[in-house]
Amino acid sequence: MSQTTIDPRSLRAPPRRPLRLSWSDERVRAIVWQVLVVGIIGAIVWWLWSNTVHNLEVRRIATGFGFLGREAGLPIAENLIPYSPTDTYFRALLIGLLNTLKVAVVGIVLATVFGTLIGIARLSKNWLLSKIAGVYIEVIRDLPLLLQLLFWYAILQGLPGPRQALHPVGGVFLSNRGLKLPWIEWQDAHSYALLAFALGALFTWFYRRDAIRKRILDGRPRPVWPVALGCLLVLPVAIWAAAGAPWTVDWPELRGFNFRGGLNMSPEYFALLLGLTTYTAGFIAEIVRAGILAVPHGQWEAAQALGLRPGQVLKQVVLPQALRVIIPPMTSQYLNITKNSSLAVAIGYQDIVSIANTTLNQTGQAIEGIAIIMLVYLSISLSISLFMNWYNARIALVER
Amino acid sequence: MSDITLNASAKVAEAAPRSAPISQVGFVGWMRANLFSGWLSTAVTLLLAYMIVRWAIGFVDWAFINAVWSVPNNQTQACRDLRGTGACWAVITEKHRFILFGTYPYEEHWRPALCIALFVGLYIVSAMRRFWRKELALIWVGVLTLIGVLMWGGVLGMPYVPQERWGGLVITLILATFGLALAFPLAILVALGRRSKLPAIKALCVLYVELIRGVPLISLLFMASVMFPLFLPEGMNIDKLLRAQLAIILFAGAYLAEVVRGGLQSLSKGQYEAADALGLSYWQKTGFIILPQALRLVIPPLVNTFIGFFKDTSLVLIIGIFDLLTAGKTAIIEPAWQGFGIEVYLTVGAIYFIFCFAMSKYSQGLEAELNRHRAR
Repeated sequence: MSQTTIDPRSLRAPPRRPLRLSWSDERVRAIVWQVLVVGIIGAIVWWLWSNTVHNLEVRRIATGFGFLGREAGLPIAENLIPYSPTDTYFRALLIGLLNTLKVAVVGIVLATVFGTLIGIARLSKNWLLSKIAGVYIEVIRDLPLLLQLLFWYAILQGLPGPRQALHPVGGVFLSNRGLKLPWIEWQDAHSYALLAFALGALFTWFYRRDAIRKRILDGRPRPVWPVALGCLLVLPVAIWAAAGAPWTVDWPELRGFNFRGGLNMSPEYFALLLGLTTYTAGFIAEIVRAGILAVPHGQWEAAQALGLRPGQVLKQVVLPQALRVIIPPMTSQYLNITKNSSLAVAIGYQDIVSIANTTLNQTGQAIEGIAIIMLVYLSISLSISLFMNWYNARIALVER
Repeated sequence: MSDITLNASAKVAEAAPRSAPISQVGFVGWMRANLFSGWLSTAVTLLLAYMIVRWAIGFVDWAFINAVWSVPNNQTQACRDLRGTGACWAVITEKHRFILFGTYPYEEHWRPALCIALFVGLYIVSAMRRFWRKELALIWVGVLTLIGVLMWGGVLGMPYVPQERWGGLVITLILATFGLALAFPLAILVALGRRSKLPAIKALCVLYVELIRGVPLISLLFMASVMFPLFLPEGMNIDKLLRAQLAIILFAGAYLAEVVRGGLQSLSKGQYEAADALGLSYWQKTGFIILPQALRLVIPPLVNTFIGFFKDTSLVLIIGIFDLLTAGKTAIIEPAWQGFGIEVYLTVGAIYFIFCFAMSKYSQGLEAELNRHRAR
């Protein structure tokens, strides 16, 4: 530890040469190249920027986001929160954002379910089922999504009117006014029960983690299912019953020229959801199939040889390995659904792109309108990829 | 014990070879193994077969037996009477020229038709491995120039046709092919930049790729159609088609760059070190050692990306450029032909499908062939 001791690593490192002003010095070349490239790109951006500023002055367009506070005056057919044309542009854009999220979230859930089912069907030992899944995947992936959306929309518009609506199951009506479904009348008791369910799920999760930890310590199994049953089923039902057990189903019925009551899906939303789901399910099916095939057969056999039950083999051995292959491409499919939901503008569903487009046509604020669209999608994309990266890191193989 | 069994077996006369039972081999055996292996499998097979037969009969009825193939002078009443029971292919008979060539002058339709043939020929030549040489780039330049001359005209006795009148399938092919041809060099530069040791260049490339990949293509197309005129100095204006083409190139560049980067990353570090040890400069190393190997690796994913762009060019419908899908949608705006969207979209879909399916099959075959040395 004396001061004369020299760290041996410093001897191995190349000696630091002084910077020579010569083309043969690598560091000088690096600096010159970077200054050159950044300079050229900076000059182009500055040129475009100054042109834009000049053009805006000539056309007397005021820049800035002041227009967001003005009255929008544009009618929106579908809104999750109250809206009227006298509200501001900001609120109109907010409705658009909610509509985008509404179709993207439902689309992601449905596409994952259908995609997984089709991917498993593709691997089925039944030749007919496997071939049908294969043909579905090939056809759906080889047609442009926009074409599929227009096709579904054309089919929905060609359906009979409300009076002759298709009526496959009781309470379900399909007509050129969209899809009508029965829905329970939402009351406070339902909200409380839902809250109890969420809290119960949280508690069950912590209880399960604790049980696993204790089992690792002393080896005694602690069943989780009684707690899960109590928290997830008994407690919410008890609270719902204590609040009077309200249960009124809101059936859609024909009144005059249109339906009243029930859950309404407009033809635009239905066509978009149908198109996005069927299209993305084709891609997800291939991802799921590749993920399952990526688990070597020896893993199944080894797990069975250890005496695990079939359910345990799937849950403890195969799925964790398959998910590692599935998650990264699945993330990009989720991002694709979100970005592809912008095609709504072609069939008249009022998502954020459609409303921002109307806004920029009405106000002439082209730059701000497009900036809003890009900002919204960038933040949605970033949130999804952050979440999926976190999830991926959690299930990734820990290498020693 | 063992002696007895041995002796006993030796005395048995050799049985004449029998063929396997009919229920285990051949067509019947195959059906038992693949279609009726259990009660669940049998139920699924029967249900699916019933549905397929029912659907096929319904489709043949609609598309062929009850269909109307042509009507005199836009009298579509015969078609309207059939609503829901038969297809009205008369809309295709009447409008096929419009769907394929848009508003291009009628007498000059042979020019875009020839261009489509040239594009297809270019794809086929590029797909053959014996043409994967440097000369292929020259062929591309030559054919694309020829296509430009044919479309614009104005020379060799061909009348000039302005860009606003181009339309249909040829626009789809132009947007996709020129988009790929110009985005590819850009993508290689960006991919190299993203793996570069120079921090400023790396940051610029990361910013470009992540920004473009984070937003939908529609927002870029809107930008090209609405914002782009503001970027240019006064009096200077670029045609709408060219602006959309620029947006597609920028978009494709970011996605292709990630594909190329995948190829660069899959090369072993030894290749870089060996090139350095030979004393090659950066560009020599990249041009002679790295890119020839990396690009060969990424050809199958490149074809898949190209299929994606081929489909995505249909998005120009939203900014009103006359590609194949827009032409199809416009063909049914006329009051006489309204409501026949399904027939038109099926036809347009069939054209897209032929192109994409051929490319997808080619990509799968190529992948298998390039991976042959790995197969066991």
